[in-house]
Amino acid sequence: MSRDTRTGRRTVLPPEQPSIPQRTGGTGAYWLYLLPGFVLLLVIVIVPLVWNVYLTFTKWRGVRSPEFIGLENWQKLFTDEAFWTSFTNSVWMIIAMVVVPTVIGLIVAALLFDVVGRKFGGRVGSFLRATYYLPQILPIAVAGIVIGWIVRPGDDGALNQILNWFGIPAVDWLGQMPSALIVLMVVMVWVQIGYPVVVFMAALQRVDPELYEAAELDGANWFQRFWAITVSIIRPEIFVVTLTCTIAALKVFGPVYIITRGGPAGSTLVPAYYAYQEFFTKRNVGYGATIATVLTIVVVIVSVVFIRVQNSIERKERAGL
Amino acid sequence: MSATTVIVSGKAAKGRGGMTRKRGIDWLMLALVVVGALLVIAPFYLVLVNSFKSPVDYATSGPLALPQELDFSGIVKFWERVNFPQKVWNSILISGVVAVLAVLISMLNAFAIGIGRVRGRTWIVLLFLLANLLPQEALLYPLYYMFKSVGLYDNVWSVIIIFTVIQAAFGTYLLSSVYGTFPKEVLEAASLDGANRWQILWRVIFPISRPTLSVLLIFFFIWTWNEFLIPLTFLASNANQTVPVAISVLQGDRLMDVTTTSASALLGIIPTLIFFLIFQRTLTRGITAGAVK
Repeated sequence: MSRDTRTGRRTVLPPEQPSIPQRTGGTGAYWLYLLPGFVLLLVIVIVPLVWNVYLTFTKWRGVRSPEFIGLENWQKLFTDEAFWTSFTNSVWMIIAMVVVPTVIGLIVAALLFDVVGRKFGGRVGSFLRATYYLPQILPIAVAGIVIGWIVRPGDDGALNQILNWFGIPAVDWLGQMPSALIVLMVVMVWVQIGYPVVVFMAALQRVDPELYEAAELDGANWFQRFWAITVSIIRPEIFVVTLTCTIAALKVFGPVYIITRGGPAGSTLVPAYYAYQEFFTKRNVGYGATIATVLTIVVVIVSVVFIRVQNSIERKERAGL
Repeated sequence: MSATTVIVSGKAAKGRGGMTRKRGIDWLMLALVVVGALLVIAPFYLVLVNSFKSPVDYATSGPLALPQELDFSGIVKFWERVNFPQKVWNSILISGVVAVLAVLISMLNAFAIGIGRVRGRTWIVLLFLLANLLPQEALLYPLYYMFKSVGLYDNVWSVIIIFTVIQAAFGTYLLSSVYGTFPKEVLEAASLDGANRWQILWRVIFPISRPTLSVLLIFFFIWTWNEFLIPLTFLASNANQTVPVAISVLQGDRLMDVTTTSASALLGIIPTLIFFLIFQRTLTRGITAGAVK
């Protein structure tokens, strides 16, 4: 059914012609405009990417020529505990950058729009939204420095001083687990929270406020309205936020480099930092390239799956209408 | 931001009766959101007040109190140690050149894809999108080796070239769909007036799409400013470093007592805070436009 409508729609589309009418020559000349962008893409992205995949089959310390070792690097992954730790920590990063901010973002956006915006005025809502958004503009490295400063170990750390008033002795936040990982997660939640709030609030502009009033008159409580109206209407935005944040969570590097350096004892390693360490600290370029390649494959799979699921949902909805 | 404010307050005004119907639960919910907002800005407050304290003041009055008297020694110490104006200039140079070049290349690409409708354009757009999504680690070592062999390692131009390509990849993706819906009549009229493609691009498409281009420009600038991994890897010497890199490499240094570290964080925050205040409207509009695309 949906396939029929799709082909039907496609035949009505205008033929694939340039928007500017042709007088002389073919459309081939348009390729000239793509040339600079393509050459740059080739040199800076495609060649290094292929080269990096080649490096996964080699042993190389960055000098002389790489030595071909077949699948050795790939085999090593399976028994390398640090590798599995790094991807387990990716799951924690996804919780900190996707799950928590999306849930809190939904609640805050709904409260700002439905309660604060309607009953206390749009200005209050806009101001609070800007406040939530503030950490988003920070370079992620600087955000790491800010939180790293607060959890500074020893008696002069800000958090330790505050705890001291309650009689709690100084904690070495970054020197032990799980607090080191929790600190990293707090940085990510803090940085991420503004993004869903702003996107969801913009999406809520589509909601007819009378819908809320009608639901209120029908006796729906706040949570029922939230679930039935808010969440269902802004579902496309929830999807986009989840996708972009998941990819960002997989790529986390800066805070780990700045706050924990993967420590204590490698327990807060993430794939991006692990690859960097293999490249430049341990000079195992081939193995670093292998970790980077695995990360790339995961990112591509996540993107493709997300986009396909979204497309199929959209298609179902259109068929339903 | 003002545009959305108008919409929100417009709606609130419609239900004017609702403005007065504030029940206890509404106040409770407002309090909840305000507490959340306070938690979000608390780190900013801590960094701000402690950057202006002397280490002695910090030790006696603690991190929460306002400074006894304004003490600029931490800020001055850090400012001079990293030669802060030089780092700001490096960041402005890199981000500015990247933003302009990346918008230019996005425009040329999108012209061929969105207006010229070259064959296989769906795949070309997908290719550019993937280039933008890739983790930078997957390109890092080959790029490091390449730029070392051509003598551009530890040179701001290595970072400029790399980010021009990465940002332009996103710009191509976004702008292609914008140009794909460009009003056809305008292009036909220009063509009838005898303009060739190059002239149409610069005299018709460029001015009409300028609002979108300026959003891209600002985003590319800020994204490049905030980048960390590639500048960290490619800009080894102090004189070439960007603001985030220069601040981060000094963490844990002997010089960095508690208030100096706080000052370093403050100096990292200030430039982006200025961008935020200048570009607030464009940013909010851009984020939401990007999310719908």
